[in-house]
Amino acid sequence: MKKLLRQFFDNMEPKARKNKYLYTTFQAFHTFLFVPNHVTRNGSHIRDGMDIKRLMVHVVIAMQLALLFGMYNIGHWHYAAYGEYVGLAEGIIPKFLFGFFQLLPVIIVAHVVGLGIEFFFAANRGGEVEEGFLVTGMLIPLIMPPDIPLWMVAVATAFAVILAKEAFGGTGQNILNVALASRVFVFFAYPTFISGDTCWITWDTNILHRLFGLGAKVAEYGPESSAVVQGFSGATPLGLAASGLQTGDQTLQGLDAITHQFSWWEMFFGFIPGSVGETSAFLIILGAVFLLVTRIASWRIMLSMFAGAVFVGLVFNFMGLNAFLQVPWYYQLVMGSFFFAMAFMATDPVTAAHTNEGKIVYGFMIGVMGMIIRVLNPAYPEGWMLAILLMNVFAPTFDHIFIQKNIKKRLARG
Amino acid sequence: MVKSTGGHSAAISPVLRLSSFAIILANSTSLFAQNADNASGNLSQSTIVGLIVLVLAILTYGVLVFGDRLLKVSIKEIALEKGMPADEIQKKYSLVPPLIPHREKAMREVITINKGFDVYIKGRAEKEISDLKSASYAVKPIDFPGISPIPKLLVKEGDRVKAGDQLFYDRHRPDIKYVAPVSGEVVQIIRGEKRKVEEVIILADNKIEYRDFGKADPKSLSREAIVEKLIESGTWPFLVQRPYGIVPDPADEPKMIYISAFNTAPLASDYDFVMQGQDALFQKGIDVLNKLCDNKVHIGLNAKKTHATAFTGAEGVSFHWFEGPHPTGNSGIQIHHIDPIKKGETVWTIKPLDVLTLGRLFEEGRYNAERVVALAGCEVKSPKYFRTIQGASIENMVKDNLLNEHVRYISGDVYTGKKIEANGHIGFSDDLVTVILEGDEYEMFGWLLPSYPRPSVSPTFLSYFFQGEELEVNTNMHGEERPFVVTGLYEQLLPIDTYPLHLFKAILTEDFERMEGLGIYELLEEDVALCEFACPSKSPLQKIMRQGLDMVREG
Repeated sequence: MKKLLRQFFDNMEPKARKNKYLYTTFQAFHTFLFVPNHVTRNGSHIRDGMDIKRLMVHVVIAMQLALLFGMYNIGHWHYAAYGEYVGLAEGIIPKFLFGFFQLLPVIIVAHVVGLGIEFFFAANRGGEVEEGFLVTGMLIPLIMPPDIPLWMVAVATAFAVILAKEAFGGTGQNILNVALASRVFVFFAYPTFISGDTCWITWDTNILHRLFGLGAKVAEYGPESSAVVQGFSGATPLGLAASGLQTGDQTLQGLDAITHQFSWWEMFFGFIPGSVGETSAFLIILGAVFLLVTRIASWRIMLSMFAGAVFVGLVFNFMGLNAFLQVPWYYQLVMGSFFFAMAFMATDPVTAAHTNEGKIVYGFMIGVMGMIIRVLNPAYPEGWMLAILLMNVFAPTFDHIFIQKNIKKRLARG
Repeated sequence: MVKSTGGHSAAISPVLRLSSFAIILANSTSLFAQNADNASGNLSQSTIVGLIVLVLAILTYGVLVFGDRLLKVSIKEIALEKGMPADEIQKKYSLVPPLIPHREKAMREVITINKGFDVYIKGRAEKEISDLKSASYAVKPIDFPGISPIPKLLVKEGDRVKAGDQLFYDRHRPDIKYVAPVSGEVVQIIRGEKRKVEEVIILADNKIEYRDFGKADPKSLSREAIVEKLIESGTWPFLVQRPYGIVPDPADEPKMIYISAFNTAPLASDYDFVMQGQDALFQKGIDVLNKLCDNKVHIGLNAKKTHATAFTGAEGVSFHWFEGPHPTGNSGIQIHHIDPIKKGETVWTIKPLDVLTLGRLFEEGRYNAERVVALAGCEVKSPKYFRTIQGASIENMVKDNLLNEHVRYISGDVYTGKKIEANGHIGFSDDLVTVILEGDEYEMFGWLLPSYPRPSVSPTFLSYFFQGEELEVNTNMHGEERPFVVTGLYEQLLPIDTYPLHLFKAILTEDFERMEGLGIYELLEEDVALCEFACPSKSPLQKIMRQGLDMVREG
């Protein structure tokens, strides 16, 4: 097998060299299959086994549990919306398969568009395709609402890769987190698709819907998605906390509204509506532990961001001015996408602060800002996306402060 | 910095631990006992037993401490009578043997370095020395950073030279002489691109003739006389100046001369072994150095290992004890932790074996560059030490002594050494030849599922969890060059208070202020070599470092 593949690549190489686009693509697949036979020329004669490909793929591996659960969760809420398999353990296989086929096109579109642009820019730059998009391409489907239109994924990915990454010079040079740039694009360009109560569950009565045996239900309720099971809203815990819940003649506020629908454990394990990958704090924490054990992600950022969020949560609890502020801090952590942002978004080494001290400030400030945006700003239901992008911009400033401190210390010696 | 405790307190600490354990045990047993028969309000039997144990433990502890004190007093008396160091005797007669034997030297200040990483490679040199007869010897101008690429040659092919005869000089600094290590005929001058001189090769005579520089006692000579003698004999270039890693200017007054008495690089030559029985020569070399820097010679020793009396018994030097992984053995790291180099200051460094050459110059009056070189590496059949002369050809060393044909020969260690050919020559002040496998093979999915164990600082590899196990290594890049992505990794591997990533970026953007501010004067290529090894972006950090050093030197 290896020999045959080697022969194939060795034969292809001279042919591929004739066209730069072809050659870049060829090399991308070639180096994916085979670690090149390059040897050290100057400097250290031995090199560590770690390279950027391995690094990036380990981040992708860390996301897989959240991804698989996200697929199940899409199916679960879709079935629940139509009154089928309401229990969590019922119909796991059809739920998962529904979610799988719902999400697969999103993953494919994100990768095809993103990698296409990467390949094009890499060929024009005369370099090799960089692996940064492996992570971005997997993050984009995870942070989108489950029934986002595919054309929107394509536009958002293209926007993010071109403007947030290639415009700055490619991997390692970007200032903003690329995956979040795609989400922020959707958020501000098509706000109706990504805010409100109804977007976090797949309502589509598309072909999948019929394939999975829900056609009869449509006949029962009519084609409009509004006419579903009585009392089912699809609101996320954050939505409930922000705007309350109308049950019968009384209006529940804050924590009461949340716990009326979801328990803490349900939120912790992720049986709530939301973006595809963000819901299960438990599985994301497992992924985060994997990243910490392999020392790929910075524990400083994770820990300080956690501390920042808990700190502001406690301050809010102490103030207790309204029902949302009174939601206990440990509920704040499992609602929304706090853990996802902490494990996969804030820890992006390129856009985070680069100095160890800067990382602590950066993480803490994300925790603080995210909570403030989430709770105090009525316009945005969730705060981490904006908090991380804001701190991405400030990260070089944090670094600058600590570097200047080191420089001053050194000058003071002399 | 950690001030290690003396032998005494180390000896009583197990007693303390034992007694506290006994107290806990006694209390817990009594608690359980009380629960069992809580009806009776009297002291139960086990409580009494517990109390007795407690009292006994305290008594034993007291007796031991008292006895140890008494012993210490009498040992001091004996030591005074016999004129021996007290702690030497105490080691033999202490009541409880010290827990950590290498710290027995009382109140020695050990600088513990936590950053860094040790890579273990198969093929450590066995501690036996053979004589190596080599046909040819070479001097390579490229071994001296900062020398002009085309030095002025004073010999041509076919000329005869004696050991100590000048071969060439640097056009920028004509006063410094570079000499032949052996007598014989100049058989070849290898030139590279743009007529750059790469090697001057000498075919050695059977019996080496030395040029006579005259024996002398360094203690009775003036600094000027010593400088002149070192330059005239060609031993001056053994000194390396920090910053920049160049041959120092004789007119400079260095802040200190620094010798690191241990090397933490993989497979490095064991100086403790090599320096056995060289005490007098080493001392003579130290005397020479002391004259150059106004008695400010410092030696860095390995707190765990160093025991050679040449080092520990040296007179007229300041000792510093270090403990930690590579690159702790680099003099740059050690200097940073003692007295960092500021702008405008210079520190000269020299390797222990080169100090011996200085010593021989004054002892024998000739340039005798004899040295013991280690041959090591995972492809060597019987790795061991060879007694030879500086610049020897490795041909006879590696002939019939390899496990594999397709190998790389390195003069120096795997991080900083120079690639040489199978009949190449050992570098100017190198004391190690490493032979490892060439890794020019494709590896299918090697980035994800490595097909053989490889050294790594990353816990994503299984081999990371078996540290200390010796590995076979090769020269494969294990990836392609990429922009900087990872942060915080260099900081873990470079035990210097700076931001290495930002220093490299400052060099790449030619930001002089930041280069100086982040301490480029404290660093050489060898210090960042470990970062280069570990860098997942495969960045050429040593090359970048040299660019930066050249820039600030010229700029």
